[in-house]
Amino acid sequence: MNRLSTFALAASLTAALGGTAIAQDSMGGDAMAATEKCYGVALAGANDCAAGPGTTCAGTSTIDYQGNAWKAVPAGTCETMSVEGDRMGSLEPLDRDLPTAS
Amino acid sequence: MTSQSQFTRALTDPAQPVPAGLVSPRGSVDSKRFAVYRNNVHVSLVGALAARFPVTRQLVGEEFFAGMARLYVGQTKPKGPVLLHYGDSFPDFVAQFPPASGLPYLPDLARLEAAWTDAYNAADVDVLVPADLSTIGGDALAALDLTLAPSTRLVRSGFPVGSLWSAHQTTPVSIPALSGSECVLLTRPEADIRLTIIPPAAFAFLKAIGQGLPLGQASEAALTDFPDFDPGAALVGLAGLGAFAALTKEQADV
Amino acid sequence: MFHDPLPARPGLGLKPQHYAQIIAEKPDLGFFEVHAENYMGEGGPPHRYLSAICADYPLSLHGVGLSIGGEAPLDRDHLKRLRALVERYQPASFSEHLAWSSHDEGYLNDLLPVPYTPETLERVVAHVDEVQQALGRRMLLENPSTYVLFEESTIEEVDFLAAIADRTGCGLLLDVNNVMVSAVNHRLDPVAYIDRFPVHHVGEIHLAGYDETTDDAGERLLIDAHGSRVRPDVFALYRHTIIRTGALPTLVEWDNNVPAFDVLMDEVRLVDEVLDGTLNRRLAS
Repeated sequence: MNRLSTFALAASLTAALGGTAIAQDSMGGDAMAATEKCYGVALAGANDCAAGPGTTCAGTSTIDYQGNAWKAVPAGTCETMSVEGDRMGSLEPLDRDLPTAS
Repeated sequence: MTSQSQFTRALTDPAQPVPAGLVSPRGSVDSKRFAVYRNNVHVSLVGALAARFPVTRQLVGEEFFAGMARLYVGQTKPKGPVLLHYGDSFPDFVAQFPPASGLPYLPDLARLEAAWTDAYNAADVDVLVPADLSTIGGDALAALDLTLAPSTRLVRSGFPVGSLWSAHQTTPVSIPALSGSECVLLTRPEADIRLTIIPPAAFAFLKAIGQGLPLGQASEAALTDFPDFDPGAALVGLAGLGAFAALTKEQADV
Repeated sequence: MFHDPLPARPGLGLKPQHYAQIIAEKPDLGFFEVHAENYMGEGGPPHRYLSAICADYPLSLHGVGLSIGGEAPLDRDHLKRLRALVERYQPASFSEHLAWSSHDEGYLNDLLPVPYTPETLERVVAHVDEVQQALGRRMLLENPSTYVLFEESTIEEVDFLAAIADRTGCGLLLDVNNVMVSAVNHRLDPVAYIDRFPVHHVGEIHLAGYDETTDDAGERLLIDAHGSRVRPDVFALYRHTIIRTGALPTLVEWDNNVPAFDVLMDEVRLVDEVLDGTLNRRLAS
């Protein structure tokens, strides 16, 4: 990075630090909002020592979506909505290399 | 003798008979008794997927999800006893699953849900707040290597999966027509996970930082594709969302 | 390492949907129990909640994934994770199951049955020794609920468990619902099972609700479902047990169709009545 852009980065940061509220809006976040003492959403763990309900169905029949056993069609909220991708969306390789901090 | 290999094969392949040597108190082979174990394995693992992919399940409905999940469970068992990460490859399975091909956004929505649980269980660290940057001079700032917080996750999709996910967080689900591609950032600034749809330029910037580039080079990387990109505003905004780990003592003392 | 034992009072399985209420109301309970594997993420809300709750209650750490009855060697990585969790939370008790759940194909997420033979006894004893060594503390081993019998078994379950406890120094977790489930499923007398059980090794009792179906011959088959109130016959067997053992830490497990917390506290009051009745009788005698 040359001197000019180093300077530009610092200037841009100074401007942004001076106008934090505006920057927050432009990011679509409201992270500076005060937070009550909060433990977060409680998600159930999946490790258990109980038997599953019932003894039928799951695991006792061979299933194959190409065979007669597969009759289900998507029938949830997808039925009542319209979701269009970006025109280029499905063509360009999607970027899924999620950075994971270690 | 009934080996655990025989037991496992019969558990996971319903075409197999009940393993020899397993009996009822009458001394007879009893398929319904063995079916309890088969049921437990499948119901519990389908349940683990349902817990990790709740919006995917809402989108396709209970029956479709259960069928799709059963096929996945049939071919992919958890690698170990901790189920928090079970289903990492489920989005790829969904993408290859012909009956779901009419919902092209479904794999990315599932990827977002997998990232959400990863963020949920990630290590706790102090995060960088924007004010931490105010004392760092221009040269040092350009050379600064920021570290993403362990809970920070990025998902980019050609579909509006962030909006779609958000629309499912209220009951009843009310979904407007959605369109376009989205860059989604997951952070955990306090206890709760925050989902934010960010501009593509900020996404490119954050991704470059995540790959280890110092701030100056990360800014250049984003400016290459997005000439109007404002690195300072992005940095402050992203820090405010809790995307970065706090500075190390050495970094803060520069 | 010395740990205060679990108090001889009722406890409950800790469920995420009840975290907030427990922290706000601090219900009168002897302890909480969690499944260790659900807290093996590195951080986040589960640990925040558990830390807050552990500040107010003794903790029982209950493993479900160690596969102690497995033919394969114990999973060293999993033992390390358990050790880390034990060091982090210093639970009053650590317990696991007489069962297996992992094989070459992966983790099967069910507590699968073990035949009772001299060979399997050696294996389980070695595994329990290894766990206690790795964790640096005594563990409790739980009797299973089972749906099939092995033709090769030559040792009764009670004797198998007693031998493990005698040889390893481990304690036993007596699941009274499992006793009822297995006894009905295998046409055994549950009271006789309790009367033969080596109660001096018991460090904790489990109670739960079972489901009921029928096998191929149309006979009663009980399922260890943990999705309802403790059934009256199991409560009667529990009362019989406590008269024999004296008051013991007693967990009510409810893992499927988890109800409102107040419903769990109703079950706790029933357990309290049994424990108090025993105490009163002992004080009077």
